[in-house]
Amino acid sequence: MEFAELIKTPRADNVVLHRPFHRAVEGTLCLTGHHLILSSRRHDNAEELWLLHSNIDSIEKRFVGSLGTIIIKCKDLRIIQLDIPGMEECLNIASSIEALSTLDSVTLMYPFFYRPMFEVVEDGWHSFLPEREFELLNSVTSDWRLSYVNKEFSVCPSYPPIVTVPKSIDDEALRKVATFRHGGRFPVLSYYHKKNGMVMMRSSQPLTGTNGRRCKEDEKLINATLRAGKRGYIIDTRSLNVAQQARAKGGGFEQEVHYPQWRRIHKSIERYNILQESLIKLVEACNDQSHNMDRWLSKLEASNWLTHIKEILTAACLAAQCIDREGASVLVHGTEGTDSTLQVTSLAQIILDPRCRTIHGFESLVEREWLQAGHPFQQRCAQSAYSNSKQKWEAPVFLLFLDCVWQILRQFPCSFEFSEHFLIMLFEHAYASQFGTFLGNNENERCKLKLPQKTMSLWSWVNRPPELSRFKNPLFEANSLVIWPSVAPQSLQLWEGVFLRWNRSSKFLDEAYEEMINIIEYNRELQAKVNALRRQLAELETDDGMQESP
Amino acid sequence: MEHITTPKVENVKLLDRYTNRKPANGTLYLTATHLIYVEASAEVRKETWILHHHIATVEKLPLTTTGCPLLIHCKNFRVAHFVIGHERDCHEVYTSLLKLSQPVKPEELYAFSYNPKMPKDNREIGWKMVDLKVDYQRMGIPNDYWEITDANKDYEVCNTYPPEIVVPKAASKATVLGSSKFRSRGRIPVLSYFYKQNNAAICRCSQPLSGFSARCLEDEQMLQAIRQANPGSPFMYVVDTRPKLNAMANRAAGKGYENEDHYDNIRFKFIGIENIHVMRNSLQKLLEVCETKSPSMSDFLTGLENSGWLRHVKAVMDAGVFLAKAVKDEKASVLVHCSDGWDRTAQVCSLASLFLDPFYRTCKGFMVLIEKDWITVGHKFSHRCGHLDGDPKEVSPVFTQFIECVWQLMQQFPCAFEFNERFLLEIHDHVYSCQFGNFLGTCHKEREDLKIFEKTHSLWPYLLQKKQEFRNPLYKGFTVYKELQPNTLPFSFQFWCGMYNRFDKGMHPKQSVLDHLLSCMSQKMKLEDNATELENKLPFLDGPLPNEACSLSKIVNVTVESSKTPMLNTPQDYEDLMHYSS
Repeated sequence: MEFAELIKTPRADNVVLHRPFHRAVEGTLCLTGHHLILSSRRHDNAEELWLLHSNIDSIEKRFVGSLGTIIIKCKDLRIIQLDIPGMEECLNIASSIEALSTLDSVTLMYPFFYRPMFEVVEDGWHSFLPEREFELLNSVTSDWRLSYVNKEFSVCPSYPPIVTVPKSIDDEALRKVATFRHGGRFPVLSYYHKKNGMVMMRSSQPLTGTNGRRCKEDEKLINATLRAGKRGYIIDTRSLNVAQQARAKGGGFEQEVHYPQWRRIHKSIERYNILQESLIKLVEACNDQSHNMDRWLSKLEASNWLTHIKEILTAACLAAQCIDREGASVLVHGTEGTDSTLQVTSLAQIILDPRCRTIHGFESLVEREWLQAGHPFQQRCAQSAYSNSKQKWEAPVFLLFLDCVWQILRQFPCSFEFSEHFLIMLFEHAYASQFGTFLGNNENERCKLKLPQKTMSLWSWVNRPPELSRFKNPLFEANSLVIWPSVAPQSLQLWEGVFLRWNRSSKFLDEAYEEMINIIEYNRELQAKVNALRRQLAELETDDGMQESP
Repeated sequence: MEHITTPKVENVKLLDRYTNRKPANGTLYLTATHLIYVEASAEVRKETWILHHHIATVEKLPLTTTGCPLLIHCKNFRVAHFVIGHERDCHEVYTSLLKLSQPVKPEELYAFSYNPKMPKDNREIGWKMVDLKVDYQRMGIPNDYWEITDANKDYEVCNTYPPEIVVPKAASKATVLGSSKFRSRGRIPVLSYFYKQNNAAICRCSQPLSGFSARCLEDEQMLQAIRQANPGSPFMYVVDTRPKLNAMANRAAGKGYENEDHYDNIRFKFIGIENIHVMRNSLQKLLEVCETKSPSMSDFLTGLENSGWLRHVKAVMDAGVFLAKAVKDEKASVLVHCSDGWDRTAQVCSLASLFLDPFYRTCKGFMVLIEKDWITVGHKFSHRCGHLDGDPKEVSPVFTQFIECVWQLMQQFPCAFEFNERFLLEIHDHVYSCQFGNFLGTCHKEREDLKIFEKTHSLWPYLLQKKQEFRNPLYKGFTVYKELQPNTLPFSFQFWCGMYNRFDKGMHPKQSVLDHLLSCMSQKMKLEDNATELENKLPFLDGPLPNEACSLSKIVNVTVESSKTPMLNTPQDYEDLMHYSS
């Protein structure tokens, strides 16, 4: 298919662009296969807008006489408006945008066409290999092995080719366990807590069904992670009720009789369709500036967004608490093990493991616990808060995770190497990007799409020094402790940087951030100067000493 | 001392409301001024000091198996839950505290016994530190239109105003006196702030005694004089900060609001801030929400909404914004009143000054502001804060709301204030502490009668001494932000955890950016000294041999000491795991 077929009117003059915090500007609108571009007719002919079609969540059109207006709602929550003279032009452009922003085929997406203008220092596709991760693990414990049982993606289509499992469990057993777990997602290692050797594993629900089916290999597998006489915790991210209902559909949960060494705790984290509704309601509330205080608070409450944040964080804290404080191993799962499970396992690692609070460590966490673990990014991030189509698989699961990280960052502002900007950048790229990192729903799909060969990795770009410096937290001081966030409602806040970003000017907050950087930078320079002077002085003193004693 | 029967009780537990940790065990002491709790078990001696004046309520709860619970709510929103082993001890502490926390006579207030051992002169200088005349001068007053008069020197005009007031030059003594007869409690229109950039003024007064039809020529002349003192504008605003319904109801009692037909060129406007009783109940509801044990997110947000607290804070802020805009953008003078003109009027006028004038955003300026719009013009601190045993219906968090508005502003403009959140909390503490004389009594005359200037100390010099800890490291100085135009959309207002859950440390961020930056500031000074010292030494070394070798060891190696406040790093009650053990 040629993009040209979709673009009936590639160019329109005298288009007026309205967008947050800028004066309306008139210019020429151009449509390309992947971008919507508006350049003003000012001397510098500056591009005023350069918008990826894939960032467009929905559009609305209105007409007053022959003047058409297109309102474009973006996945990053921004809303922009284009006034286009001429009804035909406007209709053509609207239908082109609609078609181009909802392309069916992944291979037509921009990452397959994007040619980077920067030099790649380190190819992000190879930055986070499971083998390297395993080497680190193997240096502290020999209880685990890498299994290639899924190298053809035949045992579990949503797992990566390489997974970490207990050494005592052979591939044959894994195949059997896979048949007992939803989607073949057998328990694998998620995190090893060096401090006490406890582990966190994740899986999907066991397929016990109504007649209480059991699987000896499954029991053996998870028991293999327990030390003699120790017990473990299974954190089921569903309420007991939901877990019980799942049995009717062939799913279920671990029966105590068959898993006597495990205590099951149910935490209720909502499923994806409910989360999507929550996002839509929250953004609606944030965008409606006519609300009075009572209405705003009641809309904020009714969106339930912060309730979800609190639930997810609480479950993650609980997992961390079991591991660090109770000295117990943990297995986390919900139904599929691709959403709430990953929220819990990844947040627990942020709490427990200082490495995850560095930029590289966080990237590695996203790679391991989200991308390789098979969170279906393409389905979940197909639409954002302005989707008016009936929701199918969309859900802000990853955004909720980032929001939870932001909440912890807010409570421990000096313990993270990255700043809020880093998290916002990840949110944007998960929904629309020139990079291939978040395309596809799992490793299997990414392999078939040949993403590493055909697209650029987000990490290749982010990990270049000029980009990294933008994402660094000036307050960072390595903190090797476990960090326990408060989950009291008073401690949790609306993430302004994402949800109010386009609704209120952040000028004064940005200035404060700049000022903070200045203060810290100045001190650093001063310290360097003092050190240099001191060295100079010391050198002179030794010189003098030598002169004195020939 | 006669109230203290049991000065020391041992084996007292202090419960922590938000964690399931084992309660602390310790000893409780009662002194003349404080309740002191010393934890016995802690490795480091940990003390909790509660000023008797800070105690709002003391309750004895039903006996439990562990002892007799004593619940103390403080005016600075601390909640202390003690459990005392013996019922008799508990009862004695309870009766003592009841008496100690509600003194009957002003002389019993802490300020009259507080003695920081400083020379008499210092105390007197302290009281002169904030001089409103200097501030009027800064505004450009006196000038062709405004004068400072001692018309009220014998409290002839108004006994809740100070002896010296600022009125239009054009207003004769007869006008002033005539107007005072027509204003509730004689609180005539006086100047609060003069915006010298365009001659617009903010004036304040109480409601007129207009009833359904009464009018007063002198009062009309007074308003005319105010309007004419601002030749740049053909009209002036008269702002009634009450809800219209309340103002109308007042007419039946012979009070009310200005009739636009009787006053030349005024634009009359209601703003709709609720009265002190609504505010008191609202805060009560808010505190109940804050105190709920492990509330869900929904419980909390619904409770926050139902309390109406943020709605009221927004209303006050909106009113301040209206005033500042009228003055700055429309160049119009504004006359503000509510009923008596000492609560809502004080909130709104002081906020408008804060928006318009960067001086009031400095430490010193903020003290001047509180003096100018609250203390001297008769905000009834003693009644509103319940300093003495009195009518509980007179108590209301009017000043707390003002302080919160300032905090909300600081969230929006982090670089615009010389001071930080702790400064606000400290002032708020001392409004209730009665440790200093500033906030005692209800008006200037009463403070004179109490002889506070002779017998007590002023808070302001005490605060300036501690200026380092109250600094805002991000402050960009006086000239960077002139007028502030805050966003007052609902989402711009946040719940102030640092105030209403101030003592629930577990809820606060575990690392403080403020502490980090403050330590950067002190580090900066040391480094700058070091650098200068080193630079001074280098040229000597370059030149002929110095006699004495420079010793490097003198120069301390400065390391970052930031965020060294010990982190409260323990799990909260995510889930009671004991429940699952078997």
